[in-house]
Amino acid sequence: MKHFKSNTLLFILGSVLVFAVIQVLISTGILNAFWGTILRLAGVMAIVSLGLNLIYGFNGQFSLGQFGFYAIGAYTAADITYRWTQLHNALGLSVILFAGLLVGAAIMAIGVLVGKMRGLDTLSAFAIYLGGVLVAVLIAIRIGILTSAPVTALLATLPENIALTIVYLFAVLLGGIIAAEISFLFGLPIFTLGSDYFGIATLGFTIIIKVLLDNSDTMFGFEEMKGARGMIGIPKITTWFWVFFFLFFTVVVIRNLLNSSYGRAIVSIREDETAATAMGINVAYYKNITFVIGSLFAGLAGGLYAHINGFLHPNTFSFIKSFDPLIIVVFGGLGSVTGTVAASFGWALVLEGVLRLVLPEGFETWRFVVYPVLLLVMMLLKPAGLFGNFEIPFIRAVIPPLKKKDEAVNSASSKEAA
Amino acid sequence: MELQKRNPIVNWIIKSKALGILFFVIIGALAVFKLGQSLIDNPSLFLQQVINGLQLGFVYALIALGYTMVYGIVRLINFAHGDVFMVGAFSSYYAIARFNLHLWVVALFPGVPVFAGQIIGTFTVIIFSMLICALLSFTIERIAYKPLRNAPRISALITAIGISFFLEYFSALKFVFSSNYITYKRPFDVKTWFVGPGGFGMIETGIAPPKGSIIFSNIFIIIVITSILLLFLLQYIVRRTKIGKAMRTVAYDKPTARLMGINVDAVISITFAIGAALAGAAGVLYSIAFSQVFFFMGITPGLKAFVAAVLGGIGSIPGAFIGALIMGQAETMAAAYISTPMRDAIAFSILIIVLLVRPKGIMGEITSEKV
Repeated sequence: MKHFKSNTLLFILGSVLVFAVIQVLISTGILNAFWGTILRLAGVMAIVSLGLNLIYGFNGQFSLGQFGFYAIGAYTAADITYRWTQLHNALGLSVILFAGLLVGAAIMAIGVLVGKMRGLDTLSAFAIYLGGVLVAVLIAIRIGILTSAPVTALLATLPENIALTIVYLFAVLLGGIIAAEISFLFGLPIFTLGSDYFGIATLGFTIIIKVLLDNSDTMFGFEEMKGARGMIGIPKITTWFWVFFFLFFTVVVIRNLLNSSYGRAIVSIREDETAATAMGINVAYYKNITFVIGSLFAGLAGGLYAHINGFLHPNTFSFIKSFDPLIIVVFGGLGSVTGTVAASFGWALVLEGVLRLVLPEGFETWRFVVYPVLLLVMMLLKPAGLFGNFEIPFIRAVIPPLKKKDEAVNSASSKEAA
Repeated sequence: MELQKRNPIVNWIIKSKALGILFFVIIGALAVFKLGQSLIDNPSLFLQQVINGLQLGFVYALIALGYTMVYGIVRLINFAHGDVFMVGAFSSYYAIARFNLHLWVVALFPGVPVFAGQIIGTFTVIIFSMLICALLSFTIERIAYKPLRNAPRISALITAIGISFFLEYFSALKFVFSSNYITYKRPFDVKTWFVGPGGFGMIETGIAPPKGSIIFSNIFIIIVITSILLLFLLQYIVRRTKIGKAMRTVAYDKPTARLMGINVDAVISITFAIGAALAGAAGVLYSIAFSQVFFFMGITPGLKAFVAAVLGGIGSIPGAFIGALIMGQAETMAAAYISTPMRDAIAFSILIIVLLVRPKGIMGEITSEKV
């Protein structure tokens, strides 16, 4: 216990307490299924938004692509568990597992190679990475098909519940890993663009992913995804425990990341890119690594989300919805971990819960009329977000203070304007 | 020292950027090959697609101008612009279906030829929609954006998204525009012509045009003429008038403009209003072309026009126009020769690829004047 500071202890105790209280409320039925689902959705949204906060709030990269990676994670994870529960084979698991591993290995190997070729332009590097990843994916598909039968047999020896949980955990993690790998490939050439253009390119990514999912059954042969009709038959196994576990994991990882030299480099890039370069920080490298970590969280959250309702539809990841994490992050306060978590719970509880209950019969469609009005009023009253720079002590200790209340979050963009 | 040790081939690859160029050459060659093949296979079908693409492109151009002007002057991606376009379409729908605004010439002066009366009526409807949209956008700017002028840029963006949601879902309410697809009554009679190896002539109902000819209608002519007129009008306003000069100044440097006695807030409001008026005109033309209005109709054209504005170099007026024409062509070509449901993905892929080659868009750096 000597190594733990009191803040850490308090944080862990508080988290366990919050988890336990809600868990008890759910188990005893005081919180019915409706509120249980909303809480899980809020937790998932918190993970997505934390990823975006890392990218936008802490690193200053204006990204609208978070929902694209969320969608990738959701569909990847759903495909694995769907094949396991409905088709009774581990084909999805083994193919995606090997794809994740081999692509990761390929990226690292090529990274070493490209690192030696100093002075290589970004697009050539991108072309090399793309080629390497394609080869890795093709190999992974062959290996995955070959190992599918033994993996199925191995998992079949375990009790059904445990096997399903193992497949589920692998599915969620692989959803995150695949999203992270795709984000690495996509981010590589895109980081050469200026801040607004980066946002537009990532918005384009979200829309491209949505269109691809719409056509997943007809054009790409993923029959089980059912394209624009929506994927059904995914096991509903995301419990409050898993959501809370991954949320806790995300908060701790982000806190520790920010506390490391990586975190200081990431924040310094937000504050001033030129000065960071002058201090010897490899800006492109840190931007990319932040983007990959943020997308990893989006993918994890997608995996969790897929198993809440047991139903996935490409419209969940549409253009309009993809602003949700951005709204949450700005609402909670850019660069505030506490604010993001609080805002996502508040957002989900108000939008999905309270507004549904408060509005009288026949006025259900008014929900989305009231929501933008609330949004407007909040933005006009508190442009810096609900929590601004506030953090709970556990996180506050490690985050360097913002340069100036309003200017810092805007520095990357205003530089371009000037 | 390291350079000397390197393999000469590796050195050449690094120096010449060969791999990156190869990547683009392959993509470009594929596109050129596909288009060339289509042209040789069936030239009249290809030219028909070009005509359809132009029709779409001119509508996109009108919307894109609003995006580009607003971005040029306040650096805000005005996500509510597509919904202003939708309001423009609906106000023209009500003007035509409820109030018969397009028939005022015929009603007041019975002697006027029907065709001329319809054309004047159509332009009246367009001007009516432009006024409604200008007023709406002016109000939005005053309520939602002006108080946030000194706040971080992201706050205004979030407000823009909020306004967009509000316009969409408020319009979907039963007593506003309702959430149904509504058939749009065109303000003039549609006439179609054919041109090609079989000669030139009007298509009568029930008679097929000669094989291999290209078909176009007076819808196409009205869209092209209106768009070009409005573009020239806008160029005139921006280049030749006092308010245009003020707009360019404000876009260039706000604090200095204020010191020179320019009412910056008024100029910004007027820019919003002009952009919205163009979107209103686009709304009328779009509904005339597709003969249908509904409350979500602003999202896709708005997004495409936004992509067009970025593609052409956001902040540049000729750029927005060129980008919109490219976007229109890309959309019809993709729908005709690749896959209809994939056309949105292709539009954005083109955007990303163009941004990689020219990070500020096609006209982004060439034009120094930005509005």
